[in-house]
Amino acid sequence: MSNKVINDFSIKVGTSNGSGSQTSNLTLLRAIFKMGIPVTGKNMFPSNIQGLPTWYTLRISKDGYTARRDETEIMVAMNSKSFERDLAEVEPGGVFFYDDSIKLPIERNDITVYPMAVKQLIKEAGIPSSLRTLVSNMVYVGVVAEILNIDIEKIKMALDFHFKGKAKPVEINMGVIEASAKWAKENLEKTDTFSLESMDKTEGLIMADGNTAAALGSIYGGVQVVGWYPITPATSLVEKMNAYLPQLRTNKDGKATYAIVQAEDELAAAGITIGGGWSGARAMTSTSGAGISLMGEFVGLAYFAEVPIVIWNIQRMGPSTGLPTRTSQGDLNQAYYLSQGDTKHIILLPGSARECFEFGWKSLDIAEQMQTPVFVLSDLDLGQNQWASEPFEYPDAEMDRGKILWEDDFDKFVEEHGEWGRYKDVDGDGIAYRTGAGNRKEGSSYFTRGTGHDAYANYSEDPDVWMETMNRLTLKHETAKRYIPDSIVDNMSGAKIGIIAYGSVDPAITEARDLLTEAGVKTNYLRLRALPITETVENFIKENDEIYIVEMNHDGQLRDILRTNLPAESTKLFSSTLNNGFSLTAKWIKEDILAQKEK
Amino acid sequence: MAKTNELGLTKKDYKGAPTTLCQGCGHNSILSQIVAACYEMDMLPEDIVKFSGIGCSSKAPTYMLDRSFGFNSLHGRMPAIATGALLGDATLTGLGMSGDGDSVSIGMGQFKHIIRRNIRLVYIIANNGVYGLTKGQLSATSEVGLTLKKQGTNELEPIDVCLEAMASNATFVARAFSGDPKQVKTLIKAALHHDGTAILDIISPCVTFNNQDDSMHSYTWGREHKEPIHDISFIPARDEIMLEDFEEGTVQDVVMHDGSKVRLKKLDRAYDPTNRMAAVHIIEESNANKQLLTGLIYVDPSRPSLTSILNLPETPLNRVSAEELRPAKDTLTEINAAMF
Repeated sequence: MSNKVINDFSIKVGTSNGSGSQTSNLTLLRAIFKMGIPVTGKNMFPSNIQGLPTWYTLRISKDGYTARRDETEIMVAMNSKSFERDLAEVEPGGVFFYDDSIKLPIERNDITVYPMAVKQLIKEAGIPSSLRTLVSNMVYVGVVAEILNIDIEKIKMALDFHFKGKAKPVEINMGVIEASAKWAKENLEKTDTFSLESMDKTEGLIMADGNTAAALGSIYGGVQVVGWYPITPATSLVEKMNAYLPQLRTNKDGKATYAIVQAEDELAAAGITIGGGWSGARAMTSTSGAGISLMGEFVGLAYFAEVPIVIWNIQRMGPSTGLPTRTSQGDLNQAYYLSQGDTKHIILLPGSARECFEFGWKSLDIAEQMQTPVFVLSDLDLGQNQWASEPFEYPDAEMDRGKILWEDDFDKFVEEHGEWGRYKDVDGDGIAYRTGAGNRKEGSSYFTRGTGHDAYANYSEDPDVWMETMNRLTLKHETAKRYIPDSIVDNMSGAKIGIIAYGSVDPAITEARDLLTEAGVKTNYLRLRALPITETVENFIKENDEIYIVEMNHDGQLRDILRTNLPAESTKLFSSTLNNGFSLTAKWIKEDILAQKEK
Repeated sequence: MAKTNELGLTKKDYKGAPTTLCQGCGHNSILSQIVAACYEMDMLPEDIVKFSGIGCSSKAPTYMLDRSFGFNSLHGRMPAIATGALLGDATLTGLGMSGDGDSVSIGMGQFKHIIRRNIRLVYIIANNGVYGLTKGQLSATSEVGLTLKKQGTNELEPIDVCLEAMASNATFVARAFSGDPKQVKTLIKAALHHDGTAILDIISPCVTFNNQDDSMHSYTWGREHKEPIHDISFIPARDEIMLEDFEEGTVQDVVMHDGSKVRLKKLDRAYDPTNRMAAVHIIEESNANKQLLTGLIYVDPSRPSLTSILNLPETPLNRVSAEELRPAKDTLTEINAAMF
């Protein structure tokens, strides 16, 4: 055996959608994670309930890289429909496991091929026919575990977790896995070079997806009113809220301190959320790009009437229905400028599952502080895939409800300022004081409208009043720069080339910078965490000779926003974009930046 | 000294800005009856919250209940805003003003779905069969044969608000004519005491664009064709029950969730508004006979409202303290530990 490859390769499993392979894949992922080896799992699935080919990739990286790779060293082929392309995809020197009931030619002699006696093993295990398809996928868990040296005890732990300790399914699945491993030991001779060895690199880490993190973050942020409508890939966010809320937010009288409403469409979802935010409750919704399009009208109202809400967009490919099960960062422009008239919205850009948790609660604070819609742009890759993450960190600041007046506050306010007007800017920061709906103090009520209004919320068509409102909203957008999470800069000494990226691209940038350094190109890196653009971003751009803005959209949307905001710097701003449905790889980023540098 | 109610408030305390609707607009009459009903019921204006969409009807909330919070939202989207806000403070009494354009065309989905949710809201549709604010287009409730100046003659079948409400399993469905203020007021009072979404389809003539004598949404038509199904009165829970002698079978009391009663006195026919089949039948029948049927068509006080289904606390959600909203630190430690 030449050049052993330990803890540094990718496994891809090809199955058919709806066959229950997710349990098997997560079991492999979790077992490897429990062996202390850095691992990331990504689902590549069609928009389909059952039958079409689907893949799961596990990237195992002793160095802790978590970005997607294009290369597959080890393939597990369980689906005859994708068999040929799965076979062709294996890197030379790689490994090909396959269900031996698939009778298709294998004409490659540069890889190791292992047949798996799936049917035979399932038959011998005496599995009832109704469970056979599901359990078939456990055969490859056992065979792969045996060949790659995955600790069977860790597999048991993974199954215990998955089935929440229910003995029967654990027993059935474990039986198949053990029998398969035994069969592999007796029937297959290991001739490949890949194996796994325990490390201690995942100690203290958790395994989480961004949508679960966002759901939990919002709950710890005190979310109360949620109007929502199912849409891939955002649905699991609210489903996770539904799962956690009863245990976390039932009060001492057994009552729910929240209200989740599945609306009839995204228009109503936005409306319910805005109604809640307007009343003074903490309100959010979660959707994807197509849903944001439908929410556009309501977002304009919330912006102009100054209603705090949080909108999560778990981005998928657009325009239109696009590719619902593929990831993208194509909705940045949409979110930033959403609505007719002049609007600019606050956007938060979480770059990890842990940050999805953090922005979950922070976004609710910022929305109330700024009295405006706050977008949080995640994406399918971040939202739905499993990431090794530092544990979620409990909020390090008290909840900030912003400038809201209840009965006693109202009296004090009037005492201090002589009068109160809903849209009267008394602090000079563009943010006026609002009253919670149902404030019973006489004089505290106001009439909210999406039409022109003066400082006292009265209808007005006066041109000066209109201008005043728009100027104040612009000032408020400036003020927002002090409230949003600032960008994070990581400089290398001597570097003159800058990279700006955001969201789920972050892991690929980290790895690409290492590759670029190896290629003799040092880079500085700014991870944008929010819009509007702050001084940190401006300075970063000024300090670097050329800046590559890496994003997963076609037109370079952030580059356009930066050019518009910093026209004097625009010739230094280069766009490095790829938007094909798959998350970026470090290799592609490195090559694209090098190619653009050559020009 | 002006007359006051039990709260010591005058009728003026229930009024709003001067109306900018056309003189004689049916909506003004509805507004007056809302003001009168709230005044007579001794409701604190601060306990009420107003909602509307877009259109002439939806401008109306500006012209009443100045001391109440209000939200003039988007065209056809009042129900969603109302749902969210009333979840925020379920102790408020919601009063929604909409029109036939707002609820039966652009907002048909929201109209039906708020009914399905059955959140506590008085939902008034000021129905004039015409788009007023955009100056006289046909609406989805315009009758076949209606001829409007710039639109020509309508050849499409109208949508019946009450039938749509019934089809969506509404728990309170009433129809009235704004030219009959007494009945409008009584129905508003009953609706204000309904623990669910109360649909009031009020035929409310547009004097500018659709008040021709032969138009089915005109004053003349309404006066000549209105057909009350019963003589309706409302008895608040606090009033002692007066023992009156009624001939058996002539009076039906519907007890609302708070103990108040809607008393229905029989007119020409026996009609039980708790019977769904009868409700649908009577609407169809009146349409076939080209009558303007008025009264409480259907009521079911027993079905739970959204706020009770959601198990909300007594303290309005928007007043729950930050301490109660953020789970304790150790809960997150446990969650992290369980995240594999």
